[in-house]
Amino acid sequence: MTEREERRFAEVPRESIKLMAESSGVELSEEVAALLAEDVCYRLREATQNSSQFMRHAKRRKLSVEDLNRALRWSNTETICGYGAQDALPFRPLKEGELFFVEDREINLVELALATNIPKGCAETMVRVHVSYLDGKGNLEPQGTVPTAVQSLSEDLLKYYQQITRAILGEDPHLMKVALLDLQSNSKIAALLPYFVYVISGVKSVSHDLDQLNRLLHMVKSLVQNPYLYLGSYVRSLVSSVMYCILEPLAASINPLNDHWTLRDYAALLLSHIFWTHGDLVSGLYHQILLSLQKVLSDPVRPLCSHYGAVVGLHALGWKAVERVLYPHLPAYWANLQAVLDDYSVSNAQVKADGHKVYGAILVAVERLLKMKALSLTLAAEGSGAGLPAGCPWEEWTPVSLPAMYCELYSFFGDSLAVRFSTGLPLGGQNSVHIMMITFCCFVLRAFLTGGLFLSRVCRSLARSSSSSVSRSRSSSSRPGRSTSQSRDIFPKARFPLPQAGPPAFSFIIGGRQMGRRCQGRRFQTSFSPTPPLTTHPPRAYAHKLPVIGRVSKPVRRWTCSHYSLHLPL
Amino acid sequence: MAAVQDAPMELDAEKETKPEILSDGTSNLSGNTASGTLSSPPLTAGGAPKQEDQQTLIAVLQFLRRNKLTESVEILRREACLEDQEDSQTLDGSGGGKGDGDGGDANSLLSRVSIASAAAPQIISSTSMYDQPDVSVVLSAYSQQGDPSLYQVYYSSLKNFIESVLDCHRAELSQLFYPLFVHMYLELVYNNHENKAKAFFEKFSGDQECYYQDDLRILCGLTKKEHLKGNEALLDFRTSRFVLRISRDSYQLLKRHLQERHNNQIWNIIQEHLYIDIFDGMPRSKSQIDSMSGSFAGETRREVNKAKVFYGLLKEPEIEVPLDDEDDEAENEEGKPKKKKTKKDSMGSKSKKQDPNAPQQNRIPLPELKDSDKLDKIMYMKESTKRIRLGPENLPSICFYSFLNAYQGLTAVDFTDDSSLLAGGFADSTVRVWSATPKKLRKVKSAAELNLIDKESDDVLERIMDEKTASESKNLYGHSGPVYGVSFSPDRNYLLSSSEDGTVRLWSLQTFTCLVGYKGHNYPVWDTHFSPFGYYFVSGGHDRVARLWATDHYQPLRIFAGHLADVTCTRFHPNSNYVVTGSTDRTIRLWDVLNGNCVRFFTGHKGPIHSLAFSPNGKFLASGSTDGRVLLWDIGHGLMIGELKGHTDTIYALKFSRDGEILASGSMDNTVRLWDSMKAFDDMETDDFTAATGHIHLPDNSQELLLGMYHSKSTPVTHLHFTRRNLLLAAGAYNSQ
Repeated sequence: MTEREERRFAEVPRESIKLMAESSGVELSEEVAALLAEDVCYRLREATQNSSQFMRHAKRRKLSVEDLNRALRWSNTETICGYGAQDALPFRPLKEGELFFVEDREINLVELALATNIPKGCAETMVRVHVSYLDGKGNLEPQGTVPTAVQSLSEDLLKYYQQITRAILGEDPHLMKVALLDLQSNSKIAALLPYFVYVISGVKSVSHDLDQLNRLLHMVKSLVQNPYLYLGSYVRSLVSSVMYCILEPLAASINPLNDHWTLRDYAALLLSHIFWTHGDLVSGLYHQILLSLQKVLSDPVRPLCSHYGAVVGLHALGWKAVERVLYPHLPAYWANLQAVLDDYSVSNAQVKADGHKVYGAILVAVERLLKMKALSLTLAAEGSGAGLPAGCPWEEWTPVSLPAMYCELYSFFGDSLAVRFSTGLPLGGQNSVHIMMITFCCFVLRAFLTGGLFLSRVCRSLARSSSSSVSRSRSSSSRPGRSTSQSRDIFPKARFPLPQAGPPAFSFIIGGRQMGRRCQGRRFQTSFSPTPPLTTHPPRAYAHKLPVIGRVSKPVRRWTCSHYSLHLPL
Repeated sequence: MAAVQDAPMELDAEKETKPEILSDGTSNLSGNTASGTLSSPPLTAGGAPKQEDQQTLIAVLQFLRRNKLTESVEILRREACLEDQEDSQTLDGSGGGKGDGDGGDANSLLSRVSIASAAAPQIISSTSMYDQPDVSVVLSAYSQQGDPSLYQVYYSSLKNFIESVLDCHRAELSQLFYPLFVHMYLELVYNNHENKAKAFFEKFSGDQECYYQDDLRILCGLTKKEHLKGNEALLDFRTSRFVLRISRDSYQLLKRHLQERHNNQIWNIIQEHLYIDIFDGMPRSKSQIDSMSGSFAGETRREVNKAKVFYGLLKEPEIEVPLDDEDDEAENEEGKPKKKKTKKDSMGSKSKKQDPNAPQQNRIPLPELKDSDKLDKIMYMKESTKRIRLGPENLPSICFYSFLNAYQGLTAVDFTDDSSLLAGGFADSTVRVWSATPKKLRKVKSAAELNLIDKESDDVLERIMDEKTASESKNLYGHSGPVYGVSFSPDRNYLLSSSEDGTVRLWSLQTFTCLVGYKGHNYPVWDTHFSPFGYYFVSGGHDRVARLWATDHYQPLRIFAGHLADVTCTRFHPNSNYVVTGSTDRTIRLWDVLNGNCVRFFTGHKGPIHSLAFSPNGKFLASGSTDGRVLLWDIGHGLMIGELKGHTDTIYALKFSRDGEILASGSMDNTVRLWDSMKAFDDMETDDFTAATGHIHLPDNSQELLLGMYHSKSTPVTHLHFTRRNLLLAAGAYNSQ
């Protein structure tokens, strides 16, 4: 036993034999134990050798307990029971006794018997055939890339569909995540697309349940992101479902405690994503969306939350949409909003809070409009940006000059309108734009006090001193890469590093009433709002799908590093 | 794996009697003991029992007598008409005093006997069979021994000598290392020099060739005499003589050295336990030796592969084929082409002139062709006219049949020849049959319902089927252990399955029920295969014998004994006159169905053989093993003619294309590889000299011969099949882990 390292096989030491004998009440002498140990080793090896033959004939690579049992049975030895489990059995040491043992937990049979989740049997063994190699060349991979809506569903697809929908709409958030990920990457579910679209169109029936709505939206997102799916005309159906979430006065909004705002924000983002990536699949989609948004906005009978949705939706579709729909409509709308905001009666408190939401949303949209317009003018002036993209079909519309626009907007918002320009960026012709940050911050603070909290990065330093909850939210939500450097002259930026060269960016964070119950809404948001998968897609997969309309020489990636990010504080 | 307790007793008997005794059966003993006396209607017995058969019988009688099986003794005597002969034989034996006269003791004679029954038919003068053939006796050969402490000295002095000789001799003499090492080690173990044995092993095990690793692994655990008794593999090693082929010059060199040094210990071992096949001429090179060695029992003796093998194909029966212009639809509708304006078959012309290498048409009786068989032949010929001509420029398309949700349980697959049915054997003891065409599987109606059918109607064959039972697959339940082999009958009416439970079962594909359970192996049956003409089938198993059966006999017609370890793989020759078996002892044997003799013995694999395939013309054989190599053999000359390297894991499937131009191999490494078999066969040199000496030079041209490698997605390839139009079908279980 001296050249232990020379040996290439396992040994059972004498001590183990003695211990085992003791455990069954036999006292062994050293000699007997040594002899026994050696014999046991030999028998074990013999059994292993024999069992490997069963493994080879079963055409497996892994030796199973069953193989060993067969070998034992054929050599007239008792078989070992209780080790047939598929999972590995944990082998544990016991420090005091230098003992190693397989953990053998007690099973509560009563519990097992009464359990409701009865395990299903294994799936039926089946044979599937496919041509792997044609004429000895190449692999015929493509399966499910062609739209196969007409083909009947095979049984396993049906099972998949059931499993996925159950997981997404079920209780388990982990399961949902897995299901969504698979939906996002599975290449063989083309046949199921109509079914999923149908499920999603069920948003109308669950408008009382924010949770379910959210899940359905996530499902939309996964489908949209799946590079193997050709959505085709289903885009229209998906868009209408998403629009429903953005615009409709959901049953869930009746209760002010429900944070339907976040849902609308998310849906708006999703809408813009669908539009950017699949907008070319349906002609006139852009037009239709704008029309319906405009209709909602111009309908004073609609509740404020619908208006909010329309504004957010326009904002998500880009500054041009804002310029074309929101801006011309603003004078008319402003009067209504002003009336709501100026009513200080108690009965109006809720409506007024909603009004502030809309106000905030308009402000954000308008501010961005100004900034982007200024930028585009600069680019046009320099002649480097290849001019303005002339993708929009609304040719009859004549653009308003920037100063005029600013003047008009200023008349509405007054000092609330604050546009920041980087000192570093050469933005000619912007001198007329005043920088009035303080008023903006005041607005923010006001919004915060009235329940809908708008926190801009700019005002964080201000808010930190006054509200501990705000600073908490900031510390957990500060995201490198998002912060902007535009305010460096006025506000301390020590906490927000990374000056990022690039177009002026603005990011803000919405905190809602659910600040108190932070865990619930957030969990959702963290797992899905900043999903990277889009970047993992091969760019060319989308290249042809990029819409020409309203495209501002930005890559599709804007989904992930959006200039405008609706992000729930962590 | 055999019972440790009672194995020794049986084992030895098994050696002499061909292991029929392994089965409990007094009944089994009655007719089937010796191949010559087989009485089976379809096979005419091959002449009067020879001398050696009588010896065997006597040995059996003694065994029975010792075990107090008096009834069996009586039956055997009566059946073999042995009364008188036996007595005279006994007298003869004792009178001659053979045991002492030969200089060797009874044991060496015994070992020779076992060789005789195992390796080749060898005429032995009447041996002293009345000696108690007992394990202790067999082993006692080891009792005469030198000083155990000197073993290391002996071995290392020989090692020094071999390393000092000329290069050309060194390679040849190096072959001695392994058998000597094993025998010396066993001798030490047998004589209870445990520590010396361990030291000996430690010191010299590293010198052995890498392909003996598996054996060494078994050996290294074996340190006690008691262990030796239970280990069949080593008993085999002991009783069969390891065969070496050495040139005369090298042998002389060795002999001189040993005599000079008085190294008697080694000389004794060489004399008693090795068989040195001396040839004249140039010593072989290391690569030549390596290509042929690796088996459990050494190389092939030259004379073993000299027997004539009728490897040609049988003449195709002349079938009247309907004219080509008759459209297929019309024929299909009627089921039978009754209005056939016939012409002579064009395909048959090839087989009209008798192949000189073909066996006589009635060498073994074959079943008569039924009408349905003729129809099938016609279909076959029609299909073959549409066959794609394959070649290096024109590779086949591959269809993969993936078994899903098989949970690592798929153990065997077979396709029917027309690729219409697919059978899978599973570890959960079930056999499943799938229809590979849109046509569903239907059972025949029950007897009561069959009575109601109008038997005169034209579509009676259609009416007997029960439409209610139509389904894509059918499960066959009956085995009580994993199913390791499945094989369809050529007429697609039957399916065979062999299982760990020791039985081979015959299933009807009309009723999807079990018809017969063939018992006889009593140990796991690893493989089974139908004859290309139906009726016969062969099976091989853990009991180390292959058995030939006829479907209407519940006992085997032939027992092919000789492998030193499990028979892992069995195949019928295309002309049905021969059976080939591959074994865990790393050898391949070709058996003559007519007389049960082993006519070819191929060594060269370095691992257990798991796949075999005959070329369609019957001339060549391909074999694949766990070492990932495919070896090609010329059956007529009894030579290895090619080595195809490339696979990285066990090869479980081999198949030649319908015209034999392409060899497809499927392996555990999830690949299918296609090889240019035409080129491999053309390249070989089969001049008379090579054929005479058996010294082959293998060109290392695997890369040139490899035409393509095709990966599956985590699916080991279990079975390969070429359709009649040369589309390659592969099958395996998808492995999700």
